[in-house]
Amino acid sequence: MSRWALRIGTLGYLALLLLVPVGFVFYRAFEHGFGHAWHAVTTPAAVHALELTLISAAVAVPVNTVFGIILALALVRTRFPGRGLVNAVVDLPLALSPVVVGLSLYLLYGRVGGLADHGIRVLFSLPGIVLATLFVSMPFVVREVVPVLREIGTEQEQAAETLGARPMQIFRRITFPAIRWAVAYGVVLTTARVIGEFGAVSAVAGTKLTLPLYVRAEVENFDTSGAYAASVVLALIAIATVVVLRAFHPREETG
Amino acid sequence: MAGITVLDVTKRFNGFSALQDVSVVIPEGSLTALLGPSGSGKSTLLRVIAGLEEPDGGHVMIGGENVTQQPARSRGVGMVFQHYAAFKHMTVWDNVAFGLTIHKRPRAEIEERVHKLLELVQLEGLAKRYPAQLSGGQRQRMALARALAVEPSVLLLDEPFGALDARVRKELRAWLRRLHDEVHVTTIIVTHDQEEAMEVAGQIVVLNEGRIEQVGSPRELYDAPANEFVMSFVGPVNRLGDTFVRPHDVEVGLEPDVRCSEAMVERVVHLGFEVRVELVREDGQHLLAQLTQEQVQQLELERGQIVYVRQSRETVFTS
Repeated sequence: MSRWALRIGTLGYLALLLLVPVGFVFYRAFEHGFGHAWHAVTTPAAVHALELTLISAAVAVPVNTVFGIILALALVRTRFPGRGLVNAVVDLPLALSPVVVGLSLYLLYGRVGGLADHGIRVLFSLPGIVLATLFVSMPFVVREVVPVLREIGTEQEQAAETLGARPMQIFRRITFPAIRWAVAYGVVLTTARVIGEFGAVSAVAGTKLTLPLYVRAEVENFDTSGAYAASVVLALIAIATVVVLRAFHPREETG
Repeated sequence: MAGITVLDVTKRFNGFSALQDVSVVIPEGSLTALLGPSGSGKSTLLRVIAGLEEPDGGHVMIGGENVTQQPARSRGVGMVFQHYAAFKHMTVWDNVAFGLTIHKRPRAEIEERVHKLLELVQLEGLAKRYPAQLSGGQRQRMALARALAVEPSVLLLDEPFGALDARVRKELRAWLRRLHDEVHVTTIIVTHDQEEAMEVAGQIVVLNEGRIEQVGSPRELYDAPANEFVMSFVGPVNRLGDTFVRPHDVEVGLEPDVRCSEAMVERVVHLGFEVRVELVREDGQHLLAQLTQEQVQQLELERGQIVYVRQSRETVFTS
């Protein structure tokens, strides 16, 4: 009895919060037929927004994955002065409102930054958008990898070392296989954040529009069909990311 | 194969002195036990020899070569850890082959060698299994095969049987002994279990609080302990003021005698052939006597009985 209550409760909660609104967006996007929706997302402005979003993802996801693994290794496997501070700073993008991040980048690159004088435009252009997404999506890989690194300990790595393995060989053949699912999950979370980020990007994007900004702009222009169609694209990217992760998930759960 | 010389090795962790000027020689081809209570520095000494821990001072020589500055990977040591350190995402076969693939040996050689080693550790049928599908004893045998695969000049075992249950531990000890007779590689085993050290090793190094208390054969340590610590660590002991008496040197009789003192039987513990008798002397001193089943039957010992005891042999340390 209580088990049924639990099931219905959870499913109801999920439906109310997630499925109904997203389903409604899907419904409204395709309400006038697939052709109509297709037309709405293939306008030059929509395609450009999608491109911007994909480019910033193509930069931010790999960079934060590599950096995240390195930072996690540094935090768990080494002792350095200020380690506690670094550990706390990693969480800053999670704790800080994205708008504040955007604003600080705006101030940094718009006013004080000597970069503009040297002909490098950060604000209101692609670099600014990429920097903002890099910042807000930084913690995910680190936070997923750190606990796993702690749990596996160092004995396997030491065993590999006594067997003649060099540091890079140890990482490639022992450490990375042990943390790969944590990395994969971190990548999914990073991707989701990068694709969906609104607040930080909106502060530095200016007239440039990423997909979430495009959705907002379309709503403001009363072009709701364009907004719904773009939202569907965002949702599909998110679903695709999760599906890809599932497809790669460990077949042998025995490890 | 190579002997090991440790010279004046010192190691501190955050102000705690784990090893203090430790010097010891491990003869080539021997099986040596580092014996001591936890925190005595025995594992640290092993890890210093392996190159996994850098000493603050002193030298380590393997086969006459000073390896103090060399990383673990170039010392030619095989190491076995208490918790197996199995590569969880690799099969038994790949675990054992790891060192050989790192050294880029030809495939035919790897095949042959891994096959031979799995036979040696009796895991031939389990080559395709993952470590999680093995028992503790099997995992540790796999770890041993993995360490032996690279033909190390020195085999280092850090409490290798510590995580196993008593029966498996006994089996593996006997098996390790036979393996050493076969392979003859210089081997060091770290243990806190004096029985294990005495059963397996030809030479025992007793450590306490980062210092070496005594080095000798099991017999030497038992018969001629250098000090109180060794005396009480390598076997059960009765302490009577300044004198130490082994339980098997306590004689129990039913007839009063001028050389004997009166005692009462508190408890009789039957352990098969061996029977432990707990006694309390008239002066309040507690005594443990180790008798045989036969002796206890002859004396018809039971709780509350008054007996007469004397020490056939006792040890006094002058310090």
